[in-house]
Amino acid sequence: MKTEMRLTIDRIKCDGHGLCAELLPELIRLDDWGYPIIASAPIPERLASLAQRAVATCPVLALALRRESRPR
Amino acid sequence: MSGPRLLAGPDLGAGAEGYADHVRRLGPTTLAGRALIEALVRSGVTGRGGASFPAGLKWRALAATSKGSAVIVVNGAEGEPQSHKDRLLMRTRPHLILDGAFLAARTLRAASVVVYVGEEHRAAYAAMERALRERPEAERRVARMAAAPHRYVAGESSAAVHLIDGGIATPTTTPPHSRERGVAAAPTLMQNVETLAHIALIARYGDAWYRSMGRRGAAGTLMVTIAGGVKKPGVLEIEAGITIGEAVAMAGGLSEPAAAVLLGGYFGAWMPAVKAWELPLDAEALRAGGLGLGCGVIGVQPASRCGVCDTARIMRYLAEESSAQCGPCFFGLRALSDACSRVAERGTNRDDMARLKRWAVEVQGRGACKHPDGAVMFLRSALSTFSDEFASHPAHWRQQPA
Repeated sequence: MKTEMRLTIDRIKCDGHGLCAELLPELIRLDDWGYPIIASAPIPERLASLAQRAVATCPVLALALRRESRPR
Repeated sequence: MSGPRLLAGPDLGAGAEGYADHVRRLGPTTLAGRALIEALVRSGVTGRGGASFPAGLKWRALAATSKGSAVIVVNGAEGEPQSHKDRLLMRTRPHLILDGAFLAARTLRAASVVVYVGEEHRAAYAAMERALRERPEAERRVARMAAAPHRYVAGESSAAVHLIDGGIATPTTTPPHSRERGVAAAPTLMQNVETLAHIALIARYGDAWYRSMGRRGAAGTLMVTIAGGVKKPGVLEIEAGITIGEAVAMAGGLSEPAAAVLLGGYFGAWMPAVKAWELPLDAEALRAGGLGLGCGVIGVQPASRCGVCDTARIMRYLAEESSAQCGPCFFGLRALSDACSRVAERGTNRDDMARLKRWAVEVQGRGACKHPDGAVMFLRSALSTFSDEFASHPAHWRQQPA
């Protein structure tokens, strides 16, 4: 089994503070209204700790990490 | 048997068929429990609220999770502006719908039934309320009415749960899906009124009977609303799998030359009329072509109307109907609507066309519910169907009634 991490977002909670995109521009960019557009691909190992920081920094706790296990 | 099924029986002009007449005409339902669920799976009957999800699979999943606490929501919100089929059915055959609802309650061991009807559909609401009072005491005891606010998203399943539980018809974040955690945190079956009516007949005559109608591999009958440029617009019960062209002929044919068809209402897609005439009205076949039956609205767009202006008008409506909870939907749809209106009012400009195309992709998949997705899919279909008109739209907002 291989574990993959993905970023998920609660769209109702998200207020478009934009901190996540500042911390993790590799995976998150902002649309014209300041709301995040998140890459759908799994988070590469090298960005895992930054992704965790982005989740912890979200002022409204809208961002989360989802762990997915899938057979290799 | 051929001809109408749901709309068979007394003249529709006579209003709601009463309980005694209904029972006398159709007799009791014979299938129940697991046998009914398996008959529904075999019949292939799908949800008629818009998602076209197989009802049998939905019931099977709920039967596995219900522990006697499940809730059945009879969805008659019918928020799609051009659709009239649900309210016609509620007004004329309320007991078919309620048969389906109470069959679901018994089969899925539900604790309660909520009949959720659009508050603006006054006659339908009154007919359902009256019909409920005619049901046997054991059924009446577990059922109640709930009024769906006059909002486009009120019929969305998480919004319906939210309204029934908390009085606000706004969608909530999923998961959890209402199937697992819905009304009063119980597993909830959300089923459109037409679907329940079909189920009431399958429970009497079986799945082979259901499948005995339907063309080009489709099964059963469908209620559709034909709007726009036809001689006799209105609600029809058609054999599943007939083409849009055949349905238009049943509605008296075209009243003037047609340019395009909007299939599935505002949550649906535009397509050129010549392409539409050949398409079968069958959820599965349409899905294979990247299209959807939705709630069965067939909007025929006469060539004399301006597709850009109509698209701008509908985008304005969809933007205003955002429940304003998710940024990409609230701001995105408003920006898209403004750009559409500028093209309609002041004429095509390159910047707005570029924005429309970019935003129509970016907004996709970024709401708690599917409202923004439906709006941008609608817009993308307009940009492709009316590509010539969008490319060189003159500065006008054609004065035409909505």
